[in-house]
Formats: sequence, structure tokens, C-alpha cells
Amino acid sequence: MTDDVILQVKDLKTYFKLDEGLLKAVDGVSFDLRKGETLGIVGESGSGKSVTNLAVMKLIPVPPGRIAGGEVLFQGKDLLKMPDDEIRTIRGNKISMIFQDPMTSLNPFLRISTQMIETIVLHQGMNKKDAKDKSIEMLKLAGIPSPEKRIDSYPHQFSGGMRQRVMIAMALSCNPEVLIADEPTTALDVTIQAQILELIKDLTARLGTAVILITHSLGVVAGMCDNINVMYAGRIVERGTADEIFGDPKHPYTQGLIKSVPRLDKATQQRLFSIKGQPPNVINLPDCCPFYPRCDRALDICKIKYPATAELSKGRNVACWLYSEGK
Amino acid sequence: MNDNNLLEVRGLKMHFPTHQGFLWNRKKGFIYAVDGVDFSIRKGETLGLVGESGCGKSTTLRAIAQLYKPTAGEVVLKGQELTKASKQDLLAARKNMQVVFQDPYASLNPRMTTGSIIAEPLRIFKQRGLLDISDKEMDARAEQLMERVGLSRFFKNRYPHEFSGGQRQRIGIARALALKPELVLCDEPVSALDVSIQAQILNLFKDLQEEFGLTYLFIAHDLSVIQYISDRVAVMYLGVIVETAKSSELYKSPMHPYTQALLSAAPIPDPKIERKRQRIILTGDVPSPDKARTGCYFYDRCSKRMDKCRDNLPRLKDSGPDHQVACFLYHEPD
Repeated sequence: MTDDVILQVKDLKTYFKLDEGLLKAVDGVSFDLRKGETLGIVGESGSGKSVTNLAVMKLIPVPPGRIAGGEVLFQGKDLLKMPDDEIRTIRGNKISMIFQDPMTSLNPFLRISTQMIETIVLHQGMNKKDAKDKSIEMLKLAGIPSPEKRIDSYPHQFSGGMRQRVMIAMALSCNPEVLIADEPTTALDVTIQAQILELIKDLTARLGTAVILITHSLGVVAGMCDNINVMYAGRIVERGTADEIFGDPKHPYTQGLIKSVPRLDKATQQRLFSIKGQPPNVINLPDCCPFYPRCDRALDICKIKYPATAELSKGRNVACWLYSEGK
Repeated sequence: MNDNNLLEVRGLKMHFPTHQGFLWNRKKGFIYAVDGVDFSIRKGETLGLVGESGCGKSTTLRAIAQLYKPTAGEVVLKGQELTKASKQDLLAARKNMQVVFQDPYASLNPRMTTGSIIAEPLRIFKQRGLLDISDKEMDARAEQLMERVGLSRFFKNRYPHEFSGGQRQRIGIARALALKPELVLCDEPVSALDVSIQAQILNLFKDLQEEFGLTYLFIAHDLSVIQYISDRVAVMYLGVIVETAKSSELYKSPMHPYTQALLSAAPIPDPKIERKRQRIILTGDVPSPDKARTGCYFYDRCSKRMDKCRDNLPRLKDSGPDHQVACFLYHEPD
């Protein structure tokens, strides 16, 4: 483990036991997050990107969920083995999260000030007055106009974009090492999305926070991330820098995904490329490549065995038989 | 009326009253959801209507379909004015105007089988004596439509919950096509779908248009989707259209400051381009549409606003070939 890696996820498995069978939402995911890095996790709905990060924070509801294996090393300690009261000192403090829907993640009955001060007092041991000053300062950083007044408002008095700003201010108020942003702009309009992404980029760069950005939007990861993990059916199928993923995608799924997005900068009236079929049901998935029924380049072995991850260069991996040894 | 125009919308307004109080609730004011919209759609073309949430795009579509009764204005479909049409006339007119809705989960009756959902428009028209079709023909038509939109006809006895989002949207499309309409109103039909499925459905829309000569009013908030599907684009903001142009023209040289900001805010999936882009970041949020406005609707957020914008309302005016914009940067107040 190199020094600048602050969060290391190793072979993480999260299963849900359902009436229909075993749902392997996350099935052997590994990645490293370095200091100050912005790591993107892209995938379609049901690919396991959110569950991965809930598992990292140990927020999976048990039962039906279960962390079936793996390690999450943060500052050398395995979060998954930590007792609840210890992980509580990390959650919201060293690692914090922002979610897709800011209305459901803020308590509608409490003023913003109450909610922000609570976090800061709890984690930083400040007194209430200092905590309030700190909250106001954070809201100001997050671009809330006249924060001294707005801090005493209730969540419903803010618009969607403003609420997301409040969430960001709250998440960054304890100077976390890691910020996990789970689809932070999906519920927002494009112009507001641009504001919020700019804010996240600017603030985390200033505070030196590493970011895990989870999204289904290829446009958003392209503009925000240094490195990207592409997920499909609970596993990472390809990883690389943003330039590598977009400039030279290797996995047939990544290639198809990039080609199937209509692009603003390339006006075309030609047919869009589309990946045939639909994402698999991950319940009772056999140990084959889950993408093979939709893949144009599927080999015989794809139907039998999940491909070993091939390392093309340092930090550039792809899980596909086209690149793996021992075909 | 121009003969090439299949649909003409003139001065369409849709104001919803807001109430206050519980028992003796009294009118408090209005939400000016759509506040004077004019456009026309030519036969065989796709008009894309784009804007942020709350700008009134869906309300416009519903007012055109007469699912809401418009407060003011005219909706003329094939020369027939719909806002004053009788119930029977309106039903007959709907044969030429069908809707595909956004949410494929909410817009299909969970207790009906796929086959009967698709055949329902036919059944209704038959009951009202507007269509002469036997049950067998109805069945055959439903099967044929299912095959056409990419669903196996063996699924016709299945219920909506057995299908994925993309497949449900295909069912919704098949239902909209059952009466062989000329105009299909599409209300964000791909926004609930994943990227890989979205491409399939967009292609399906294009193929069907070519095959049946359909005309679309296509609503989306995703600018790249609108660019791909549309011949002409209208940009809406707070209940009014601020710019309309040919698709290629609008994306190449947007004129209205709002269109410019909207285009610059949309992310492009290419890190090299993203790093170089200069974004116009708009300040503030879309204001609430609960006030009647005297000046430009975009005044509060515009970076190029002038004094005259505050008190005069800009109207859509020609500013180039097939390009109209409502902004005082390009023309003076009347």
C-alpha cells in the first residue's frame, strides 16, 4: 500500500438475500483512492455503484443485506471489522457522503443550523457558538447568499440546487479526507448541475479532499474525474484514467456505452449505436461474463467463465476475455 | 393556415389557480405554467421542446392534447380548432394525436395485459362507433405492433410488471401507434431509461417516423437527445419560448443568452473537450412561475441584461432564416 492511498477497497462483496434468490449486488470490487484524487464510478442502474459505496460506509441494511467478504482499509484500518461506535466517529467526519436527493437526506423538521451544528459539535468537539460560525463559513463557501440569515431556515425553504449546496457545506464542514458523492446532480437541471459540479470541484480542490463520484452520466465523469471505474452487474469491468476510458475504451461494454450517447459537439442525424438487449437480472447470475448476451465480440469461453482481470498497464485494467491470458 | 402545418399552437396559456385555506378556500393567485406559446409543426418533422424542470414543457404538451383545458389560446390540428371542440369531435381528433408518456411505470395499467393495453385505443374507438374493426383484427393489429416495436408477440398475455423500463416504453409506443396517428406527442419518453436502452428507444422513434411518416413533438431536458431527434428546436423558459430554430442552426449559433448558457452547461462525454471548455455558469435558480411578469422572464439570471429588459417583454421575432429569438439584444422593444 503506497503512502498516498487513503482508501483501499479489496474484493468487496455485498449480497442481498431475497425471496427470488441471492442478489449479488457487488461481487468482488477492488479499487484504491488516492489523496486529492477524484474517482468516478459509472454504470447503469442496478450495476452496484451505490451499494459499493454504502458498503464502504457500512450502511447496508442487515438483513436482507450482508457484506459477504472483502476489506475496506481506511488509514490502515478495516472499516468493515470496526465496531459501530468507532465507525460513527469516521462516518460524516473523515468520510462523508452526499446523496442524490437532498430533500430526503435533510431532516425536514430541523433548521439547517441545528443539523449542521450537531455534526460539527459531535465530530470536532467545538462549542455551539463556534460551530455556528463554522457552519456559516461553510455555507458561504458553498455559495449560499446571506448565510447568516439562511442558516435558520428549514430545508423546504430552499430550492433543489440550494439544498444540494447545503448538503455539500455540511459534508465538508468536518474537513473529511474522503467525500462520497452518490449521483449528486441527477435530480438537478443542467444549469444547476453545472453550478454544483463546479462547486464540488472547487471546494474539494481547495480542501484537498478525495472524491468518489458515482453517476450514470458519462458527461459528468468526463468533466470531473481523474480516474474512472466502469461497473456492470456488480463488478468493475474496466478502469483507467478519464483520457484512457474515453479515448481508448477496451471493454466492449464501455465502447458501446460511449458510442450510444448522442453528443452535443458532434451533430449527426445518423442512427445511434445501441447495445442490444438489456442489463441482466443479477439474481442468481451464473459465473459467466454477464455482458456476453449483449456483446458483439463474445467468445465461447465468455459463456462459461468470468474473465480474469487483465492489467494492460499500471492502473489500467479490463475484465474481458479478449484481453485475458489463457483463452 | 399554412397547409404544410399539421399542428399550430397560437397564444397558448395555461394558468393554474392556487388556493389558500382549508374549508372556505379562496383563490390566492395563479401559477403561470404556460404563458403565451406559439409554434407550428410541419408534417413529418420533429419539433424538440427543451427546457429545465418547471418551465412548462409538459404542461404545453398536455394542453395541446386537451388533457388540460387551456386558459387561453388556440390549438389547431389539421385545420380543426381543438380548444372549443365538442367531446365527440375531440375524441375523433385524438385518432390523429397520441401521447407517449415519460414514466413507463405509471402510464400502463398494471391490471391489463400487454395485448389489451395496446389494443385499448382501438377498442375505445370501436365502442364509440368511430372505427369498424373485428376483435380478431384488433388482436392481429396488437401483435403486429408489438413485433414492430421490438417485443415478441408471445408476450401479449403478460402484465406490465413483467417488463423492464425500456420494454414498457416500447409498449407505450405501440399503444400510441395503434390508431395510426399522424402526430405523436412524446413527453420525455427516454429520460427514465438507462443510456444503453435510451439509444435503442431513440432509434426506434426514428425508424417509426420514417416508416409511418410520423410527426413528433418531442420533449426532453437532455440537449443532446433533442439534437439527435429533432429537425427544429424550441427552447422554453418559465412558460414561454425564448428561441426556436432549425436544430443544426440552434446548436451552432445559439442567440438567446439562456440557450447559450444551457448549451454550455451540458456536459460532453470527452475529457479533452471538457478541460478546455469555458462554461457560462448561471447564477441563481429558475424563479417560481407564480407572478405575472412585465419584463423579460430571464431578467434575473441574465448576464447581458439591460434596463429595457426589465420593463418590456421581448416577443419572438425573426432573426435569421428559420430562426426566431425573444431577446432585446437582437431587436428593439416595440
